Amino acid sequence: MENTTIPQENALTHYELHKANTRGHANHGWLESYHTFSFANYHNKDRMNFGVLRVLNDDRVNQGMGFGKHPHDNMEIISIPLEGDLEHQDSMGNTTVIKEGDIQVMSAGTGIFHSEYNKNKDQLVKFLQIWIYPNKKNVTPRYDQVTLDLSDRHNKLQQILSPNPEDAGVWIHQDAWFHIGKFDNMHTANYQLNKSGNGVYAFILKGDFTIGGVSLNERDGLGIWDTNSFEITSNSDGAEILLMEVPMQL
Amino acid sequence: MFVEDFAEVMYTNTMKKVNILYIGRHLEILQTVIRLINKQDNWYAQGVLKDDEAKAIFAESNFDIVLLGCGILEQEEESLRSFFEKQQPHCRIVQHYGGGSGLLTSEILLALE
Repeated sequence: MENTTIPQENALTHYELHKANTRGHANHGWLESYHTFSFANYHNKDRMNFGVLRVLNDDRVNQGMGFGKHPHDNMEIISIPLEGDLEHQDSMGNTTVIKEGDIQVMSAGTGIFHSEYNKNKDQLVKFLQIWIYPNKKNVTPRYDQVTLDLSDRHNKLQQILSPNPEDAGVWIHQDAWFHIGKFDNMHTANYQLNKSGNGVYAFILKGDFTIGGVSLNERDGLGIWDTNSFEITSNSDGAEILLMEVPMQL
Repeated sequence: MFVEDFAEVMYTNTMKKVNILYIGRHLEILQTVIRLINKQDNWYAQGVLKDDEAKAIFAESNFDIVLLGCGILEQEEESLRSFFEKQQPHCRIVQHYGGGSGLLTSEILLALE
């Protein structure tokens, strides 16, 4: 991983910036997807993963269209809808719909099949698909979804995922913590890492931010490691950010 | 159980193709992985559910890549890795994650680099 050093006080010492327009792009007509890391036909050996974060796909699916039945195994798969309604069916018997404010998780473990469709007849569904390598292989497959209180992320970071079933949000088989925040302009928040040695991948959902002296715009990504905490500052009203804290080693 | 997609693949062509062995315990996923790999012109894959079948096939021909799929226990994986490394040290042994097309191409391309 590239090690970049900038000589500013309180600046990040180790980070990797992925501008939005450097992501892989696939347009299948019914599906438009931007891949932060190598996925399907996008292969870039310098963009394979950030620690155990292996897939960050920014998907837009046309009305009524979707991913037919397909398998997964040994992966923690998180879906975060941004707009529209996404219908999910799986081989464990779950049929659900997730929408903005929900978060969905599947521990694929020994293997599952599922499908995902845009349930809407009149609008795109936009969602993030995130794959995390698990800390334990061959677990019993499981599915869960949680509806979050969107007011709990105004000018603060709302936890949406952790390794602990008792904690806020969904849980996964990995020492990972996800947070989302929606900020007014010029609001600053501090993020304290939960586990030493973890890194954080920040992904800008909306608007502009500055993290440790690095300016970020919509859909930019910033991987940060070798730090215990950092500050984020919003540079626009209604700016939204997703922070994904993950182990740096599989 | 032995699964291969031989509809468009002649054995004589496999000598020029990247030869891949997939081992995993989930039959439907195994069939999916084999189908996806064999859609690629330059790749040829065989898949098995059981370790003894994997070792038997491995002993009979040269492989470029072994993909370890889901359901293989730690001890079984150690035994397989040891066998493969001893038989064909050049062969890359890769843990396959994901179960489908998303990471499959990346994993194979990375192994070939």
